[in-house]
Amino acid sequence: MITIESLTKKYGAFTAVDHVTFTAQPGRVTGFLGPNGAGKSTTMRVMVGLTEPTSGHVHVLGRPFAALPNPGREVGVLLDASAQHAGRTGREILTIAARTMGLPKGRVDDMLDRVSLTEEESSRRVRNYSLGMRQRLGIATALLGDPEVLILDEPANGLDPAGIRWMRDLLREFGDQGGTVLLSSHLLHEIEVIADDIVVIGNGRIVAGGTKEELLASTGTLARAADPAVLAHALEAAGIVTSVADGAVFADADLTTVGRTAFAAGVPLTELRTADGAGLEEMFLELTAESQRDSLDYTEGAVA
Amino acid sequence: MSTATITPSTTGGSAVSARPRERSVPDPIPFGRVLGVELRKMFDTRSGFWLMASIVIASVIATTLTILLGDRDDLTFDSFAASVGSPMSIVLPIIGVLAVTSEWSQRTALTTFTLVPSRRRVIGAKLVNALVIGAVSMLVALGVGAVGNVVSSAITGNTAVWDIPAWTFAQIVLANELGMLLGFALGLLFRSSPAAIVGYFVVNLVLPGISEALASSQEWWADNAAWFDVNSTRFLLFDSKLTSEEWLQLGVTSSIWILLPLVIGLGLVMRSEVK
Repeated sequence: MITIESLTKKYGAFTAVDHVTFTAQPGRVTGFLGPNGAGKSTTMRVMVGLTEPTSGHVHVLGRPFAALPNPGREVGVLLDASAQHAGRTGREILTIAARTMGLPKGRVDDMLDRVSLTEEESSRRVRNYSLGMRQRLGIATALLGDPEVLILDEPANGLDPAGIRWMRDLLREFGDQGGTVLLSSHLLHEIEVIADDIVVIGNGRIVAGGTKEELLASTGTLARAADPAVLAHALEAAGIVTSVADGAVFADADLTTVGRTAFAAGVPLTELRTADGAGLEEMFLELTAESQRDSLDYTEGAVA
Repeated sequence: MSTATITPSTTGGSAVSARPRERSVPDPIPFGRVLGVELRKMFDTRSGFWLMASIVIASVIATTLTILLGDRDDLTFDSFAASVGSPMSIVLPIIGVLAVTSEWSQRTALTTFTLVPSRRRVIGAKLVNALVIGAVSMLVALGVGAVGNVVSSAITGNTAVWDIPAWTFAQIVLANELGMLLGFALGLLFRSSPAAIVGYFVVNLVLPGISEALASSQEWWADNAAWFDVNSTRFLLFDSKLTSEEWLQLGVTSSIWILLPLVIGLGLVMRSEVK
């Protein structure tokens, strides 16, 4: 369980994280979704005590991260898979972590196995690893101490589709065993595939949050008829907010209501379904459009 | 994205009540373990290993050169100690610098400080390791020098001259430990390998020149430089028995040049954001 309360981080006049509040529940995979520069990584660094918040606090398993006696045994963390000494072998990196946590030697081999890094790969130096291999090594480090909570920043970066499926199954299993997973991504599809709960952040603020089903449901219904204008008119007459795009009518109501209304108005439907996937994507783009532009300006400003 | 791929998540949603594992709070990480891990990290990369190996290699080279090029009849243990001492005064501070800065240059601090959130303990462990390595290195270097002394006397047929009393030996070790501490402090202060190493050489090679120039034109500085110039008193450690005033001067200059940067650097590391 991770509880974030009114977390704020300011850099001078710039507010990177603005009163962020949410909870990652045990037994659930919580996706932390937002465009680049939205404040995801900063929030996660504050969670694990690498960055001091300006105000607010984060509790992991009921206490501040720094108060955990042996954090690796309770919280698995992967913030940046590339932040490893390029001259160490993968096995050595795991060995160092295992020693710090006080784990038996065999644990390193178990983890290499778990993330499908071969004996030969594990004795290669990390500078010769692909990003995907680094991610696997990072996940192995996070899982090493058999933690109760996982905090993963962009863990699917650099993984191929099979790798993403592997990670989904791994996190699913971790959650099913009662663990808490918080993972961030700037890619909606990754989050959609992996997460149970979704928290959307834009411009440092939480702009949406809930279970994936809730967020999907709130995007409404897609319906088609021979004449979309007639259907839209009928729905609006019933007080349902609608919009027409590409010959399809998007209605802010559930399937049953839209179906009944169309039936009552005598409009034959050719298609009726929830506006899933595409709807969430639309929501994501819409919710983050403003902050995306802002963050772009910000980075350009920083570069110049 | 097909809806089929989402199915596992939907079924997973009902798993909230799945076995909440009975867990006991783990024991805190003992300092000895942090110490051991930090020591291992100084040796487990190629660059780290060769830096450590260079202590032995440099001592052997310096000793061999002394035998080959020196006037063998005049060689004493002191000659060997002096020749192995000079590479040590460069290698040890660099070890001190890199013990700290590699966490930042290689970005391993991200993992280090999430596994051990108490930065004070990590830095403390590094400091203890650096000082122990400094002392051991000096013993190794002087040991190699001693072998050189024996070999040289075997070649010339003269009796080996052991002209370094214990107090000089201790002072040489202290001088090198101070150099190492300075490197460590600069490492904390800059958290960047090149900046800290350049900083060390500025303090060691550039400042003495400036101090001398100042002393030649400023009478007050000529009389009182020993209270401010860390090098002037530290270098005395290598060959002379210090007076109590000189010990005091060493204490004052070390406080200014080593303790102060160490404390400021430590404060910065405690507060800084690790990215």
